[in-house]
Amino acid sequence: MSIDMSQFHQVFFEECFEGLEAMESGLLTLDVGDVDSEVINTIFRAAHSIKGGSGTFGFTVVAEYTHIMETLLDEMRDGRRQVTQPAVNVLLGSVDCLREMLTSIQNEQDINEVSVAQHKTALEAVLNGVVSEVVVPVPAPKISNEAPKVQTAAAEVVAQEEDASEQGWKISFCPYLDLLKTGNDPVRLFRELNELGELTAIVNAQDVPKFYELDPEECNLSWDLKLVGNVSSDEIKEIFSWVEGDCELEIQPLAKPKVIKPAPVVDAVQVDVEIDEPIQVTVAEPENIPKPALDTKKDTEAESSKTAVKASSSIRVDTEKIDALINMVGEVVITQSMLGLVGENFTMDKVGQLKRGLAQLERHTRDLQQSVMNIRMMPISFVFSRFPRLVHDISSKLNKKITLKLVGENTEVDKAVVELINDPLVHLIRNSLDHGIEMPDDRIAAGKPETGTIELKAYHRGGHIVIEIIDDGRGLNKDKLLAKALEKGLIDENIQLTEKQIYELIFMPGFSTAEQLTDISGRGVGMDVVRRNIQSLGGNIEIISELGKGTTIAIHLPLTLAILDGQSVAVGDEIYIVPLVSIVESINITEKMLNKVAGKGETFRLRGEYLPIIRMRGIFNVQSINKPKSTEGVIVVVEGQGALCGFLVDELLGQQQVVIKSLEANYRRVEGVSGATILGDGSVALILDVPGLVRLSVR
Amino acid sequence: MAEESPNKESEQSSYNKSLGNAVQYLSFALGNEEYGVDILRVQEIRSWEPVSRIPNVPSYEKGVVNLRGAIVPIIDLRERFNFSRVEYTPLTVVVVLQAGDGNKTRIMGVVVDSVSDVINVDKTEIQNAPDFGTKVSNEFINGLVSVNERMVMLLDVDKLLKLEDLGSDEN
Repeated sequence: MSIDMSQFHQVFFEECFEGLEAMESGLLTLDVGDVDSEVINTIFRAAHSIKGGSGTFGFTVVAEYTHIMETLLDEMRDGRRQVTQPAVNVLLGSVDCLREMLTSIQNEQDINEVSVAQHKTALEAVLNGVVSEVVVPVPAPKISNEAPKVQTAAAEVVAQEEDASEQGWKISFCPYLDLLKTGNDPVRLFRELNELGELTAIVNAQDVPKFYELDPEECNLSWDLKLVGNVSSDEIKEIFSWVEGDCELEIQPLAKPKVIKPAPVVDAVQVDVEIDEPIQVTVAEPENIPKPALDTKKDTEAESSKTAVKASSSIRVDTEKIDALINMVGEVVITQSMLGLVGENFTMDKVGQLKRGLAQLERHTRDLQQSVMNIRMMPISFVFSRFPRLVHDISSKLNKKITLKLVGENTEVDKAVVELINDPLVHLIRNSLDHGIEMPDDRIAAGKPETGTIELKAYHRGGHIVIEIIDDGRGLNKDKLLAKALEKGLIDENIQLTEKQIYELIFMPGFSTAEQLTDISGRGVGMDVVRRNIQSLGGNIEIISELGKGTTIAIHLPLTLAILDGQSVAVGDEIYIVPLVSIVESINITEKMLNKVAGKGETFRLRGEYLPIIRMRGIFNVQSINKPKSTEGVIVVVEGQGALCGFLVDELLGQQQVVIKSLEANYRRVEGVSGATILGDGSVALILDVPGLVRLSVR
Repeated sequence: MAEESPNKESEQSSYNKSLGNAVQYLSFALGNEEYGVDILRVQEIRSWEPVSRIPNVPSYEKGVVNLRGAIVPIIDLRERFNFSRVEYTPLTVVVVLQAGDGNKTRIMGVVVDSVSDVINVDKTEIQNAPDFGTKVSNEFINGLVSVNERMVMLLDVDKLLKLEDLGSDEN
């Protein structure tokens, strides 16, 4: 029976990327110098799962690469190797490299071998360069059948035992054939032993039968173990207590440090190979053998993470949320059957009952809607968790000392918002790093702590989520901003701007105050794009800054993109929805109050400023038979593309929350329309795309 | 009995054969012409109801309706095929079709005069449509088949419902 492995690929990649993220965040917290063994363990475990998984799926390149990382991490874990900043940096680089490799594999592209080779060399340099002692780690826990152990033995050959003069134990462990059938895994035992002290394992593979006689469920191997460290024999016995009766065990104190020469072991394996030719194949291509046996293992592994995000279009949902939903559906069903019962033999005296039932149904429907919406919510930490790395990388590049503080990572927001907010945030944080926080010397001179702080904060306010990026850097220099804007001809010299308006200048296209262009920011593209992105999400962005003290950038976003507050307007016989966020005000006017410009365009004078007017009837070609073109109308003043503009509509109808439906699902994009919604009477109304309409009207 | 059985078998096999080649089409009328679409592409048949107009699109794209929560565009086939326009009556029918372009399916309603019949067509009897050299209609027609002396034009649903092309035509 062969299992189609490709069906697990998606899960595998998800797991790998999660693992990589765990490694990354772990590595970043390692910075401190004194090492938290739990953190290293986490990193190690992640590396290990990636190695195991990629081996299983036949991505040998990844497995080999991860193996080197794992070796390095293992040594760090055991304290045999100092955790140094260069090593951590190399590991971080490797994480990137792995991510690249996995992405390439996922997209079925070729792996960039040059970069992989570079990272590999760097890793190996760290591995071999600093400490002379190289002890091969305990065999991989996941490999539990014979074949790979032959490989381990081969690897063991390379191992050179250090000259250990401490006390220790020599353990001869010879399991019976059916040790594996009792559910015991020798590798696990070794791992436990390894926690007690430094373990060296020599495998004895002489008894391994010929390949075609090999029963993967039998254990044909035995081991000579050497455990160095201050360990009592009871501790060792306790570890082996599970396999008591399933093996022959001999524990002897280590009389003298015994240097195991690699040569004899090599001989042993070679002899072995000569006898059993098929095994030679196993040695040469170990990944061929473990595959089938490991399949089932991978399955169980996959099971534990069945909820894993399968593709970017799926969501990981809390079981609690689903339970609540099921509960709610149950309630609705009960109410429905109750109403059905009332309706069956309806008499007027049952009106009260009917009304109660309907009220209940309404309540339950609302609850249901809320819980369904809730499913789409995910914590903002999905975005925030990427930033420690970014800050780490950039700050070391800039030679600045910066700590990143994350607050409110568990604030929940719609999945679509989470996906779309990442790029703008990256940009803003890069800006803060590059322009906001000063060099350490400057900071000390300014009487501030040497280390700058960037705080990334998320919280709910009203129906919005607010994300703030707060730095304690140099703040925005108003005079400089003004001078720059004048120089670039973005503003008129005579105009007096308020503080807020001056800060707004940085959102203008082609504006950059950095004296020096760096590769991090300052190319003059960006802030305008950031603002446009945020506005396209239905949000807005504002800046509060104090020179010398720091800058706060606050982003307000709607909690969900599925529902929007809208103002319905009538144009002829048609109804359109204008998103409330973009409406500044609405004014009743008559035709006479409009001024023609060059006989074509129209403007309206609003408090001394001329607003361009877009006639909705004209731009949408509305022909209404019923209503003659009235001379009265309403101007809805909206902000789109950073400029004010007036939409001339017939009438304002009312404000309501509308559920956004995609037009593109069955239809296509329509200019000037961002989506559609269903009104209370079941008809469809189009939601206006304000910036799109402004663009459309210019043409 | 023994003589009959081989006869029966051949009948059976010819039945099976025709079953293997049989395709069902839903036929509908546009003016005096009869068209057919693969019945497996038909999701439902509805009566005409007012649509919400979409601004600045070709006139045969009548607008969108709410089909149980999904926004579904409605296309007038008469106008699409350059027939003269007729007033919509309560008998005017909207056939909701499913088109799959690649990995994603889309639903669309087409307005036709009336739905006629479900016809069984043997695949082998479908003839290629002759090339009239005209711009319209022919491109959507998969083939011709005659049912009871009437000619039915079989439409390619995917081509018919491909909107991106229509949009670019207009520009």
